[in-house]
Amino acid sequence: MTVTTTGPLPNAPYDVAVIGAGVVGTAVARELARHRALRIALVEAAHDVGEGTSKANTAILHTGFDAVPGSLESRLMADGSHRLARYAAETGIPVERVGALLVAWNEEQRAALPELAAKAGRNGRHDTRLLTPGELYTREPHLAPGALGALEVPGESIVCPWSTTLAYATQAVLAGTDLHLGCRVTGIRERAGHHELRCARGVLRARYLVNAAGLAADTVDGMLGHHDFTVTPRRGQLIVFDTLAGDLVRHILLPVPTALGKGVLVAPTVYGNVLLGPTAEDLDDKRATESTADGLAALRAKGRGILPALLDEEVTAVYAGLRAATGHEDYRIRAHPAQRSVTVGGIRSTGLTASMGIAAHVTGLLADTGLVLGEPRDLPPLRMPPLGRRAVRPCRQAALVAADPEYGTVVCHCELVSRAEIRDALAAPLPPHSVAGLRRRTRAGAGRCQGAYCGAAVTDLFERSDAGERV
Amino acid sequence: MNGPVNGTVSRVVDVLVVGAGPAGLAAAARLAARGAGRVLVLDREQQPGGVPRHCEHRGFGPPGRRWTGPEYAARAAEAAVGAGAELRTGATVLGWAGPHTLDTTGPEGPERITARAVVLATGARERSRSARLVPGTRPAGVLTTGELQQAVYLYGRPVGRRAVIVGAEPVAYAALDALRRAGARPLAMVTGLPRSQAPLARAQRARLLGGVPLLTGAQVTELLGRPRLTGIRLRRGDGRSTVLACDTVVFTGDFTPENELARRGGITLDAGTRGPAVDAAFRTAQPGVFAVGSVLHAAESARVAAHEGALAARSVLRHLTGPAGWPDADAVTVRTELPLRWSVPNRLTPGAPVAGTFLLRTHRFLTRPTLRVTQDGRTLHRERHHRTAVPGRPVPLAGVWIPRVDPDGGPVWVGVG
Repeated sequence: MTVTTTGPLPNAPYDVAVIGAGVVGTAVARELARHRALRIALVEAAHDVGEGTSKANTAILHTGFDAVPGSLESRLMADGSHRLARYAAETGIPVERVGALLVAWNEEQRAALPELAAKAGRNGRHDTRLLTPGELYTREPHLAPGALGALEVPGESIVCPWSTTLAYATQAVLAGTDLHLGCRVTGIRERAGHHELRCARGVLRARYLVNAAGLAADTVDGMLGHHDFTVTPRRGQLIVFDTLAGDLVRHILLPVPTALGKGVLVAPTVYGNVLLGPTAEDLDDKRATESTADGLAALRAKGRGILPALLDEEVTAVYAGLRAATGHEDYRIRAHPAQRSVTVGGIRSTGLTASMGIAAHVTGLLADTGLVLGEPRDLPPLRMPPLGRRAVRPCRQAALVAADPEYGTVVCHCELVSRAEIRDALAAPLPPHSVAGLRRRTRAGAGRCQGAYCGAAVTDLFERSDAGERV
Repeated sequence: MNGPVNGTVSRVVDVLVVGAGPAGLAAAARLAARGAGRVLVLDREQQPGGVPRHCEHRGFGPPGRRWTGPEYAARAAEAAVGAGAELRTGATVLGWAGPHTLDTTGPEGPERITARAVVLATGARERSRSARLVPGTRPAGVLTTGELQQAVYLYGRPVGRRAVIVGAEPVAYAALDALRRAGARPLAMVTGLPRSQAPLARAQRARLLGGVPLLTGAQVTELLGRPRLTGIRLRRGDGRSTVLACDTVVFTGDFTPENELARRGGITLDAGTRGPAVDAAFRTAQPGVFAVGSVLHAAESARVAAHEGALAARSVLRHLTGPAGWPDADAVTVRTELPLRWSVPNRLTPGAPVAGTFLLRTHRFLTRPTLRVTQDGRTLHRERHHRTAVPGRPVPLAGVWIPRVDPDGGPVWVGVG
């Protein structure tokens, strides 16, 4: 069990190096880790897992109902969503099958619903249903007036994206994968049957390579001599409303898709907030994760048209993520057998949903390329913290508090996070590298006050732990 | 699933006060001293006292005393306990299990507490950068005054080197002090208003002696930098955009009531304050539930909050010992017209004491305003003020007009002019 953040990299070559510890890279590492014989390295430029697009998305576990039928994306979404739903149930990743409603606001959109239902059928989703306005408003009484009907997609779910990536990475590490953080890859060369990865922290050798670098997948592919695609970041800004708005919406409210994209959605989150977004802005800068006045104003105008009462509620957080668009409709997953590598590119906005499907697919491609996997085994069991609104928070569990009173010592009042949960996260196999990382693991500071009450206490715990003190 | 959990202990008290800040402690002290029975005060923080416990500046306490916030907090807690109230810190209220029953938790585990009367004294918080919809990156180094003061005074942590303060309410000057204590250099104060909201002497001392310029008519339009703040972009009154290089920004003031418990209990909120709607006896629309302090009017000084706590205690005692009864929920409401923001109290109920003073807030500076009170087009009262009404600070309105209110009439409106 090894996680390194500084210092030199091991000399001995790995069987496989996975570049990128986002939701896709960690899923691939976890899948490979089932094969006991393999020595696996997961290499990440940032100082935590899931620091890129994986931490800033719409947190939806899609069914793939509106994917292009027959595409690789459609297939891997269908496979991945089943796998992740099962995995989430096993490990306690917060997930809720709330279902989605595609709301038609004009005749043209209403007329498009049957075709969307047919497309869903071609993607294997035969359980969609058309709702009358009456049925729609019974389901969603706070919806703005004027909707003409909706298509219900029952399987669409909401999920905790941070727990998902963290679970994959933790399980991979517990099974023996070496996770090297703060380890940006700056060059790759072939040497004596190995890939030599020049990294910020030294050289790492591996026989096989998986490029799951997300926004940087084209750059890493370039290091391997491939120029198949260019990643164009497409920014999505999102607004998170307070949990007191949580009763306003029950389903994921999707617009009827147009040529311009999937549009702006309103959805509950597994923590009880309401999410409004995303924007879709094509940019050049792969670091442009800032929100903008125009973007927020546009979202609020859209939100007012969907769920007017939402705009009276307090905003808890605003964030933006970058989708790794490539100008192609489908995923760009390609094996390079001669080079013993697989590129996983163009996972635009469905990576969370498809992650486990992609992982299985990539593992298969590696085997086809000549990697001897050996027998798979069960991974060490894992239980993620109960962060969701449907779980019983530790501070409410009498037996747990009786056994360890620190579970009753609430530090973050808005999200009811106890000192013990913070302590556990700081002592976990994959501890946070920042207060923000601690927040994603525990919810401490993620509530309406954004740390006004607990920020100093949480920062103090983090800093002392980071300095080596046991807290 | 936030309902009861196996192993929950139950207990009964006479009065349950939620929040051990100035208002809650003053109410508890008075209630216990006057024989209200078992008075229990809960606070979710480890130390009692509320906001003053992290305010190092002097000026707390009764007139003539110049206690620091922590001194005041300790004395207020001692007074409540000395009078016979039970004070429990580190105790979190989770929600309602009945009209006067609350679920709590703490290191001793979950508990269910039923009271004859509940007093909500949950206070107020400064709105976060996100709540203010300030765009940009999400860097480290972005604070509110409350977080800054806790970091500096309670944890002795460094906060940065070069800081900008957003806001010019009195609390912004407390942030200035905390930054200096932490060794950070305050570069500027920024406000969208035309001048400071603090008393003149305080504002001038900061500007002239402290050398901290106040940039008026300026909006923060973007936060820059990652992972740490590197600057903020400002739009000045003349439309120009400038960048101030800094590694810390403190968002001050812009208080909002901590109203979650009230809302979860279905207690009617006032549309203006977003806190529980109350009459002059601090009665909410929910029988047996009172509210007091800055949850009613985000935010007032500790002195105002404590004064209200003592007044509310009288009202709670009357409820406990007097004839059963609670004013109808459909009381006459007090509403405000722009540029006024809200009034407290904001309900008028028969049998309530005549409010000596209504507290109002204004959106903008009003020079020598005349306040006008009307109901159904009828003028009830006019009042000329000889002081400027300042945003973020109390504007008093005398309650002499209450006997002229038609209890069956429409809402009472308070306006200017």
